[in-house]
Amino acid sequence: MENSQSNGPVLEAVGVGISSALPRRVKIIGVDWTVRPGEFWVVGGANGSGKTDLLMTVAGLHRAAAGTVRLFGRAVTEMTEAEISRQRGRLGFVFKGGGRMFTDLTVAENVALALCYHRNCALEQVREEVHELLERIELAPFALQTAQTLGSDWQQRVGLARALALKPEALLLDEPGAGLEARHRQWWKDYLTRLAGGNSSEGSRLTIIVTTNEFAPWRGGNRRYALIEHGHWRVLAESAKDLEIE
Amino acid sequence: MRRNRAYRTYSDYVGSRLLGLLENLRGMGALLLITATVAVTKFKTAKQVVHPLVRQQMRRAGFQLLPMVCFLAFALGMVVIGQTVMILNRFGAQNYIGTVMVTVVVRELGPILAAMLVLARVGTANVVELGTARACGEVEALEALGIDPIHYLVVPRVAGMALAIYSLTVYFILFALLSGFLFTFLEGIPLLPGQYFQQLADSLIWQDFVLLALKTICFGTFIAIVTCFEGLAQPLALEGVSRATGKAVAKCVVGVVLLDALFIIVYLVV
Repeated sequence: MENSQSNGPVLEAVGVGISSALPRRVKIIGVDWTVRPGEFWVVGGANGSGKTDLLMTVAGLHRAAAGTVRLFGRAVTEMTEAEISRQRGRLGFVFKGGGRMFTDLTVAENVALALCYHRNCALEQVREEVHELLERIELAPFALQTAQTLGSDWQQRVGLARALALKPEALLLDEPGAGLEARHRQWWKDYLTRLAGGNSSEGSRLTIIVTTNEFAPWRGGNRRYALIEHGHWRVLAESAKDLEIE
Repeated sequence: MRRNRAYRTYSDYVGSRLLGLLENLRGMGALLLITATVAVTKFKTAKQVVHPLVRQQMRRAGFQLLPMVCFLAFALGMVVIGQTVMILNRFGAQNYIGTVMVTVVVRELGPILAAMLVLARVGTANVVELGTARACGEVEALEALGIDPIHYLVVPRVAGMALAIYSLTVYFILFALLSGFLFTFLEGIPLLPGQYFQQLADSLIWQDFVLLALKTICFGTFIAIVTCFEGLAQPLALEGVSRATGKAVAKCVVGVVLLDALFIIVYLVV
């Protein structure tokens, strides 16, 4: 999949309404949001406030209930399925709670699937690349295990490896630290900080959006914060310095 | 939770069910068209990933069911066909054995039984797998990776099932006809193998081969589309998977019988 860096916003939401898939009802209204390349956003909200639906919608996986979502400068509603699919390859998505693994595939196959699909090649041809990625995320010892045999701490990392396989420009993570052991939480925080700073093995700086139900673990660095509260979207602060976190 | 809708009149109820049926048919028709379009336009896309999946589905719906089909063909050949031959022989109608065999086994029993077996063993598994994948968000995970779920999940199942039902039907027919002859041989009916197979050959016309292929491919496509539709096309919760499986089986049985009736008309015309 092509991965061309651009200077325009990675994603823009203008007056967007976010609805849940099941049952179908509007959960957030009036989302006006611009995410520029290299930014690290932390989006907070209580459980059930619609954080997952927000991420899904801005990634073009769900249809917005209202307003316009633009991915890399193009409105999602104006794109064909093929274009949306191409643009999605520029976004990495890490789902919460185990990362939604393909349970019948091994860890290596989970990570290799998108590479093989987009490059039309067999697993053998990307084995080296996948192994390197798994090494970086400390998953190499589990490469041949099926994803469902891993604990959720490690499954979540498989989700990260899978999202990074296509070398995306932006990474959307749904509550990456939730429900994990302290050492895994710390690992996520450190790794994402390195990704955002461009000093990980991934190379260039990644735009990162993280959702969370507590801001405290995500303090520090040059981050931007937004909050979903009572169905409304609010940008809280330009950086951690401006944000008073309880 | 399922809500029981209150209908004021019986015609309200019938109308509502009819609209539901039409909505379902529209959905399945749309899935069929989308699948056909994706299969053609993306034939060369990700061949190294999708073609092995087609082979896997053929193995699952075809090769792995072969022993079961052979057993069923053998048993039915013995019981049904053998007895039919005996009765025909009793009335001195040995000359019609070939016609009866071709009509019963080649045109009707073979395709229907192969389709029902595949539905029971693989169709139901399809709904459970796809419904669970949908409920657990695996379909969205595929979309997030830029992988077309129709291309990855539906096309291999449709191709695999259509080809598997065709192949299984051929094996079923061969085994049933052979075991039928074995029964007549064991019963001491004066029918030489040469006579038996000559009668079969005389009764078969070229349209039988074409229509057999068309019919079995239609059955396979129909079962695959219905099971994929029930599993994928609506946002399911995990508890909805078992209900979707039951609905898919009922729809497939009715649909296959209706398709079969359609082919009877075609046979009558040709």
